Amino acid sequence: MAAKTHSIFDPAIIIPAIGASFQKLNPAHMLGNPVMFVTEVGALITTALLFSGGQGASFGFLLQITLWLWFTVIFANFAEAMAEGRGKAQAETLRKSRTETKANRFRGDGALEEVPSNKLRKGDVVIVKAGEFIPGDGEIIEGAATVDESAITGESAPVVREAGGDRSAVTGGTRVLSDVIKVRITANPGETFLDRMIGLVEGAKRQKTPNEIALTILLSALTIIFLIVLISMKAFGIYNGVDFSITVLVALLVCLIPTTIGGLLSAIGIAGIDRLVQKNVLAMSGRAVEAAGDVDVLLLDKTGTITLGNRQAAEFLPAPGVTKEAMAEAAQLASLADETPEGRSIVVLAKEKYGLRGRELNELPHATFVPFTAQTRMSGVDINGTKYRKGAADQVKAFVGGNLPGAVQSDVDRIAGLGGTPLVVASNEKVLGTIYLKDIVKGGLADRFERFRAMGIRTIMITGDNPRTAAAIAKEAGVDDFLAEATPEQKLALIRKEQEGGHLVAMTGDGTNDAPALAQADVGVAMNTGTQAAKEAGNMVDLDSNPTKLIEVVEIGKQLLITRGALTTFSIANDVAKYFAIIPAMLLVSFPSIAPLNVMKLASPQSAILSAVIFNAIIIILLIPLALRGVKFRPLGAAKILQRNLLIYGVGGVIIPFIGIKAIDMMVAALHLA
Amino acid sequence: MNTSGWIQLILFAAALLVTAKPLGLYLCKVLDANGKTFLDPVIKPIERLTYKLTGVDPKQEHDWKRYATAMLLFSLVSMLFTYAILRLQAVLPLNPQKLVAVGEHLAFNTAASFTTNTNWQSYGGESTMSYLSQMVALTIHNFVSAAVGISIAAALVRGIARHTSQTIGNFWVDLTRVTYYLLVPICVVFAVVLVSQGMIQNFKPYDSASLSDPFTTQVPKVDDKGAAVNGPDGKPVMVDQKIDAQTIVQGPMASQIAIKMLGTNGGGYTNANAAQPFENPTPLSNFLQMFAIFAIPSALTYFLGRSVRNQGHGWAVWAAMFVLFFAGVMVAAHYEAAGNPNFTALGVDPADGNMEGKEVRFGIFNSALFATITTDASCGAVNSMHDSFTPMGGLVPLLNIQLGEVVFGGVGAGLYGMLIYVIIAVFIAGLMVGRTPEYLGKKIEPKDVKMASFVILILAFSILGFSAWASVSKMGAPDATGALTDGTNNSGPHGFSEILYAYSSCTGNNGSAFAGLTANAPWYDTTLGFATLFGRFAMIVPILALAGSLARKKLIAESAGTFPVSGPLFTSLLVGTVLLIGALTFVPALVLGPVVEHFLMHAGKLF
Repeated sequence: MAAKTHSIFDPAIIIPAIGASFQKLNPAHMLGNPVMFVTEVGALITTALLFSGGQGASFGFLLQITLWLWFTVIFANFAEAMAEGRGKAQAETLRKSRTETKANRFRGDGALEEVPSNKLRKGDVVIVKAGEFIPGDGEIIEGAATVDESAITGESAPVVREAGGDRSAVTGGTRVLSDVIKVRITANPGETFLDRMIGLVEGAKRQKTPNEIALTILLSALTIIFLIVLISMKAFGIYNGVDFSITVLVALLVCLIPTTIGGLLSAIGIAGIDRLVQKNVLAMSGRAVEAAGDVDVLLLDKTGTITLGNRQAAEFLPAPGVTKEAMAEAAQLASLADETPEGRSIVVLAKEKYGLRGRELNELPHATFVPFTAQTRMSGVDINGTKYRKGAADQVKAFVGGNLPGAVQSDVDRIAGLGGTPLVVASNEKVLGTIYLKDIVKGGLADRFERFRAMGIRTIMITGDNPRTAAAIAKEAGVDDFLAEATPEQKLALIRKEQEGGHLVAMTGDGTNDAPALAQADVGVAMNTGTQAAKEAGNMVDLDSNPTKLIEVVEIGKQLLITRGALTTFSIANDVAKYFAIIPAMLLVSFPSIAPLNVMKLASPQSAILSAVIFNAIIIILLIPLALRGVKFRPLGAAKILQRNLLIYGVGGVIIPFIGIKAIDMMVAALHLA
Repeated sequence: MNTSGWIQLILFAAALLVTAKPLGLYLCKVLDANGKTFLDPVIKPIERLTYKLTGVDPKQEHDWKRYATAMLLFSLVSMLFTYAILRLQAVLPLNPQKLVAVGEHLAFNTAASFTTNTNWQSYGGESTMSYLSQMVALTIHNFVSAAVGISIAAALVRGIARHTSQTIGNFWVDLTRVTYYLLVPICVVFAVVLVSQGMIQNFKPYDSASLSDPFTTQVPKVDDKGAAVNGPDGKPVMVDQKIDAQTIVQGPMASQIAIKMLGTNGGGYTNANAAQPFENPTPLSNFLQMFAIFAIPSALTYFLGRSVRNQGHGWAVWAAMFVLFFAGVMVAAHYEAAGNPNFTALGVDPADGNMEGKEVRFGIFNSALFATITTDASCGAVNSMHDSFTPMGGLVPLLNIQLGEVVFGGVGAGLYGMLIYVIIAVFIAGLMVGRTPEYLGKKIEPKDVKMASFVILILAFSILGFSAWASVSKMGAPDATGALTDGTNNSGPHGFSEILYAYSSCTGNNGSAFAGLTANAPWYDTTLGFATLFGRFAMIVPILALAGSLARKKLIAESAGTFPVSGPLFTSLLVGTVLLIGALTFVPALVLGPVVEHFLMHAGKLF
């Protein structure tokens, strides 16, 4: 499954969402969202008033207010339905990866039987042959095979899966390309990672996260407060000889309670999980996504996350009396027959650094190539009687028959001491120099870590290397700290120590011995290629098995929280303008002298109230894209982010409705709606 | 605003700023059970003796539930004690004026009001309370209710400062230490200073003086039994009365005034409160009294910063309070100086501003300043009649109270009220930095938000709920015809403001009055009494629960991603939150009261 984003305006999502917005009007559903529930009750009251006549105001005005109150509820439902629709679409893509297949299951008596894959239960053992689909999530207990996992990861290169070790997990829906494996199924139908994820993105099994609960409490309290405000206002009106109509009071109530955030809250949560899925990361709960935003320590494995998987040639160190060019040429010739990434990197270095053109094997028809093997640990070529060799120091030493020159030996020792791999180059008996193979830090990481530092997130590199090597790479990559010669126990201890210091830790892992650490970490992202134990221990699974993605996971978590806070601030700040629109309108008839309070110069009391209600409803629709996409995230320190967002959503939240209500009022007046 | 006004304001601000740190440091010692102060040689033995007599183990700390229980028990018992004395004052000593027992509703109202640090007075002190009632039943609350407030604030601050702790202090120790080390010593000095300014302190019966310029006024005619006599039209018959002598109040005033201000109590010795010449003799006494109101609340912000090891946070809270205070003074002074345009037509020089209800010795600015301070804090002492302020000038004290009196605020109460806004500000804005909101290393979780929301809810519920009830019922004192009234002295929006102010003042535990409301009627006495109890205890209990919850939390490490709780940005955020969350609730009520009245005044209609 390749990461796929759905357009916000995809009709395939919008049309069913419109239907769902009406189904969600069911009060039993609305109860989960107190703000919108009160809005719906308000709409019901004005509807009842509309049909009972009365209230003095014109029927057209009452009708419009009532309709817009209903729209407010429907728009909020629509936002939720949109988020769920996008999640469903995402889930559908996931589901397609699960092909219904037949499985060859071992019966109790050891014989094989053919069953549909959806009949498999946890603990069943199946045989999968080349060309067959793996029928469910499981673990290889016997054999090894190459597996095409492109359906899940989008990566076309087949991967090797084998019994025992850290690469034993297989995912349902992937295809075995070679060999035969025996797989123990580890999940019942409907309980696989995909199933859990589908449940989450569809919103069906979504539980409110602690942050959502806390926010809902605050929003409910504000709703109750404004209920008190409006009820008391009726009484205050009576004292002052002003009879406020119920319709207008309900309109004011709906405008004041935080409908904007109340309407968009669940959409924001679903969309956050959805964004993770788009990155091919499956979260086990919404809570895990929020925890990712809180993380302030990242444990990153060196290999694969910070450095490329393989070492590469970085430098040629010629022996005394040998020119760099001569050595580079010999190194290149000796490496032509070396198909390992290390060997290729020597050819590339010679070409890029010394301008030696790349040579192909077939350019040298009279040459005899000595390919690299794990046994000889040396490769080379014989041309016109000259034997070029490159390989591990002791192998080359044996080849030249004698000791390496003192300068070369010290280079070799120095490189080994730095954690690099020294390769020695020779032609016939002459030692030409040393090639320095080292870990290559992935591009752009230093910048990324710098941004993390600004956000207050510390990065710690975990490596099995010795401290000296680790320090060198840590410095080059720009991580804040490192754990060298790390064992799984040390990793776990480090997480505990950081947590005791009040930090929240995120890490990635794949091996079974990573499982305790994954479970201990606040956010544990297991690689999909990892073992079942690792996947169960973590609270997220990365289908692409790309450890660098941890960084994006953190950003998505933060974005989710920021979006929620921003829209809450915006929603509350909006109340100022709504008061300025509605309160003068309510009092103008009884107290004409308060006209200066009508600062927006709204056309008439009725159009003022109507405009505020329309604004209140439409802003929900307008903010749906923001809720679904999330507020743009910037990697800055908390103070800067706060300042920026307070300006946009706080100050902006005060100003924008003044403009919006005025604009709507002009339209309402021009169309003679009120 | 004139130059002397500015000088006064600058001096006042400077005094607050300069004393915050030394007094704050002293508070840190007082609020630490093991703290050492320079008064230890004198007071420590008394403190020890007190614990011995009462069986308090000062080394034992309590969790929030025990702390709250102790506080509630203490308040209940002391309230009953006051109620008993007021009901029995006629038979008790120190009653040279032979004043009768206080009625049951008034006694309940007064006991509730003094227990809650409100000091709402439905009575005139000099004509209702014996010396014993004043000195024992009431003054004792002036001390202990202030000490309770400071104790609660200290408990909340401890909750914030501590982590993975079950306890938040020992109520009895806090109460004792605050009273002995803080309130009593400062009051002794302050009372002497007040006496030096001409304030009285004696046990003499009331004096009487012949007027050099006797005058005649009209009073309702009464029959032998003291009931009003109505004419055929149902209105009371008015008769002339010649006034040639004046009763001059005497008594132990300075000792009560010192704690009245320092403890933000505000209950006047006399009905005219700080406008009465004995109760506020000189400009210096006026300045010192205003300063005494803010002194401890201002120092408590320093205590906060020191306790949580983030002095910047303490100062940010101080700054937010100061900004709100300064804005209030400016608005009130502006509208009072602008005066009432209708008076200009009657020949009043507009440059005089609105002098109605003001003591000429203090003038416009000092009255506006005093009114702002006394309502920013939950003091309630007045040196001018808020009822007579221009509508917008009067809106400032009203709004100050409705915000929860968090602008420096009542002793302790101001800080814990403001910290509730801090929690809400941190919660909403904290999400915007992309982390679970945290306040000084503590995650703000559903339970904390629940408690903070409850406090805000109670404020709105008690003020708006009771005001709404009062404004649609006729429960006030009967008028001359015997028909029940709403108790207001004025009609229209001004009358409404009087009701709103009464419930705001009582819920906010302020105690000042828009004097127009005749509140000494059974229904008002009772509901206002309940408002004071809601405003105090329905807030303190969730606040202590919050303190307990915060104390138990684990500490989260600080980093660049941590929400900043100091600096101008945080101060602005806090001011914005107080205004948005606090003020939005009261906008409709304020519009229907002062704002409408303001526009009507400019249209020539007065109430």
